[in-house]
Amino acid sequence: MLSANGKGTKTAVIWLLAAFLIVAFAVSLTMGRLNVPIAEAVKILLSRIGLYSSAPQRTWSDQMEKAVINIRLPRITLACMIGCCLSAAGAAYQGVFRNPMASPDILGASSGAAFGAALAILMGASSGMITLSAFIFSMLTVLLAMLIAKRARGDGVVNLILAGIMLSSLFSAGTSYIKLAADPSNQLPAITYWLMGSLSGTRHNTVYMAAIPMLAGCVTLILSRWRLNLLTLGDDEARSMGVNAALLRAVVIAASTLITAASIASAGMIGWVGLVVPHMARKLVGSDYRRLMGASMLLGASFLLIVDDVSRNLTAAEIPIGILTAFVGAPFFIYLLCSRRKPV
Amino acid sequence: MSISITALTYSYGLGFGNALDKLSFTADDAEVTAILGPNGAGKTTLFRCILGLNGSYGGKIDIDGKSAASLSAKELAGLCAYIPQSYRGVFDYTVEEMTLMGTTGSVQPLSSPKANELKAARMALERCGIAHLGQRSFMRLSGGERQLVLIARAIAQRSRTLIMDEPTANLDFGNQTMVMELCRSLAREGYAILLSTHNPMHALWYADKAVAIKNGSAIACGSPDEVMDEQLIRALYSVEASIVQTEKGTAIFPGRDNV
Repeated sequence: MLSANGKGTKTAVIWLLAAFLIVAFAVSLTMGRLNVPIAEAVKILLSRIGLYSSAPQRTWSDQMEKAVINIRLPRITLACMIGCCLSAAGAAYQGVFRNPMASPDILGASSGAAFGAALAILMGASSGMITLSAFIFSMLTVLLAMLIAKRARGDGVVNLILAGIMLSSLFSAGTSYIKLAADPSNQLPAITYWLMGSLSGTRHNTVYMAAIPMLAGCVTLILSRWRLNLLTLGDDEARSMGVNAALLRAVVIAASTLITAASIASAGMIGWVGLVVPHMARKLVGSDYRRLMGASMLLGASFLLIVDDVSRNLTAAEIPIGILTAFVGAPFFIYLLCSRRKPV
Repeated sequence: MSISITALTYSYGLGFGNALDKLSFTADDAEVTAILGPNGAGKTTLFRCILGLNGSYGGKIDIDGKSAASLSAKELAGLCAYIPQSYRGVFDYTVEEMTLMGTTGSVQPLSSPKANELKAARMALERCGIAHLGQRSFMRLSGGERQLVLIARAIAQRSRTLIMDEPTANLDFGNQTMVMELCRSLAREGYAILLSTHNPMHALWYADKAVAIKNGSAIACGSPDEVMDEQLIRALYSVEASIVQTEKGTAIFPGRDNV
């Protein structure tokens, strides 16, 4: 099926994905209760970063500017960032564990974050503290899984996955207990809503806070993308080709966990993106992480952006995004299973 | 002298006994050295020790005069390349991508292969006669083609010693012949080739040296025509066999009476 210039086509796909993301981003700015034409939305954005001068006369109202800059822009940006990070982390985990079913929460990052958030809500913490607590518990869970795997005997990778499963169920039990103890009139709904995932109420500050760990993790993954290929062959083969597999795996897991924790902490539980998007990207550009990493990031950003557009515009009351990603993700995964590529 | 192994001893832990017990032999440049031995004799353990995958061992392994135990993964990869048994991976790569992975030793830690590496990969594919498969999917190749890709990957690694774990396992007669012929012609170009095989006739036909291993020790080592006799086959595999010289070479027949 691949032509002789297959590689050129695959590189073109990445540019197309980038172009699609830019268009989706611009269109998303216009969506919402207040009608803002796309030309105005783009002009507002460009004038803010000094690429467009509003003189001699401005063509948009203050209300439009407020809606676009203060409400829609942070939310849309965060949706893109989280989609990008969860997909990159999913692609990376699938590689280091040589397991196409791996997703960003395979080592317990989600359950840890959920426990941290629930605990903070129970203690009556502010929303900033809830985010911080979720982030810290998420990182701690994965760190704990890695320590357990290091102490255990036998295959390190299998031990790591088993430790992740055990810790996940431990922290889920903890979260259930907190729900039991929580005040059913306000705390319990807050916990339940947090667990469903949502981007509503995103402000500029949320974006800035999340950007630091996300940038650090994504840059690390981009830089290690070639050597990730060798990890998918197994440690022995990677080592025989001169790669320190154990060190590389630790670095990739650390970077992936950082961006997963930052994503879940700032928007709650958003499942399926990290599992499904890398498979979609693999269909488009193949398994080589030199292209797969970038393609997963771009596709994931567009995917979550569109799902969030649906989440905030489909009905008057917002649908939690975690529910929507499952509605879209699960059927799509079944489709992937049933439509394995035919032999050449 | 490419690989020199002296009194190599290795155990998988207390109570397991010695998987390798004072094993000594050398594998030289421009030669095919075939390791023979029954299942569990220690062939794979030997390879894992050479490749630094087994941790500390007793005795000494020298590769091109350098002690293998003191080399980093990258330094070791520059001296010897490993060709695993043909397999199907988890994720599918193109043949060119797969071959390119062999060049990783010359790629900077946070970088990707450049034009030089791509050239090396393409030349390696050319050398193995599979340049036309470059953009094909590795997983959808036949077993023989996959083995050739793994050999090309090792050539792209640009180390002069190739270690092959049963290169003919699961291959049909035609592919076995093709792979063994390629091994021999690579040895003639100067590569030191160390391979294990379950077919003693491959040692007779293609190898310059045969090393027979049983219970972790070498029970015979030398030119295949000289060391391989009925007693050795019996000692290794616990079956009777007859070795017969014909005009076209030497053959091994099962049993005593088939002569």
